Amino acid sequence: MDKVSNNKKYNWPYNIYEVFKDNKIKQIAYVPDAGHKDLIDYCENDKNMKMISLTSEEEGVGLLAGAWLGGEKGALLMQSSGVGNCINSIASITRACDFPLLMLVTMRGEWNEFNPWQVPMGKATAKVLEALNVNVTRCEKIDDVSETINAMLGLAYKTNSINAVLLSQKLIGAKDF
Amino acid sequence: MPKFRLNRRYVISELLKQREDTLVVNGLGGTCWDIASLGDNDFNFYVWGGMGNACMIGLGLALSQPKKKVIVITGDGEMLMGIGSLATIALKQPKNLSIVVFDNELYGETGSQKTHTAYSTNLSKIAIGSGIINSSIITTKADLLLLCSKIHQIKNLSFSVIKINQEQEEIVLPIREGAYIKSRFRKALLGEKILLE
Repeated sequence: MDKVSNNKKYNWPYNIYEVFKDNKIKQIAYVPDAGHKDLIDYCENDKNMKMISLTSEEEGVGLLAGAWLGGEKGALLMQSSGVGNCINSIASITRACDFPLLMLVTMRGEWNEFNPWQVPMGKATAKVLEALNVNVTRCEKIDDVSETINAMLGLAYKTNSINAVLLSQKLIGAKDF
Repeated sequence: MPKFRLNRRYVISELLKQREDTLVVNGLGGTCWDIASLGDNDFNFYVWGGMGNACMIGLGLALSQPKKKVIVITGDGEMLMGIGSLATIALKQPKNLSIVVFDNELYGETGSQKTHTAYSTNLSKIAIGSGIINSSIITTKADLLLLCSKIHQIKNLSFSVIKINQEQEEIVLPIREGAYIKSRFRKALLGEKILLE
């Protein structure tokens, strides 16, 4: 926890965790990504949050629809490649029923990517989401992260909208600043 | 494989006969019409799309409402599409969730093509292998009635495959506007004030 207290301003995963806590987020659904590692760790240590590890990202879309039916808010964490796995569920469940949804997507296939197999889905991520009328916001800077996620959570749950925050590869790579 | 024994409309009527405030989620297709055939209920979340995700909707609901019983009733084709969800559900072991699969070994809505369960796939064993220990295949009326006597209790996560016959039943369509189904369900479960939040 020293790392948290010493570098709070620059510890954006901890800032996201605080936003989740303040917004009473109860169900955290995720397919792990290196970019979400610290956030998952912080949430796992919070007894008020239920961690749901998924075999594939679309499971989280169904899960969070069910959570909201029962009165609980959630967040869905994934890598950009996972967006492709979710599309039909987002359209046919979340959009079809006007469920709220917040997705936090760590980007691959852009800033200094070394794996060419990540590039096509990385390039398509925002376009695919926008085709379903999802609000897509990118975060490039550490200072913007918690404010953006707080705003997108509010938008999701106040207006029954679907919001994706794309955490850029530049930001993720910058986490040790 | 066991022979088909049970009629789906008989099975659904027995399963939900003593439902009281049990929350029911269906998979798209035949099980939706089966539940609707019993009459409308605010505690039904009628799923009309998102094939493969019925069990996960049930999981999210069960985790958020641990004092309420949640039953997911779906078909073999829908279950196969979301087969990974059994592993996810097994990780959480929600005591208040039961999954029931109506297995007629075919895709009834699309021309009765055979599903994988008509050949080598055993859904009950997949559930056990995923970590859902309380898993069974039901082919007789006696076993069905035993299941029905326990299914509304909050005791253990359970998974039941019920082998049903392949007779086509009357298609009974419930309401289909998703936002309305959702809001009506939430109002019934969480109270009218929830709509003001």
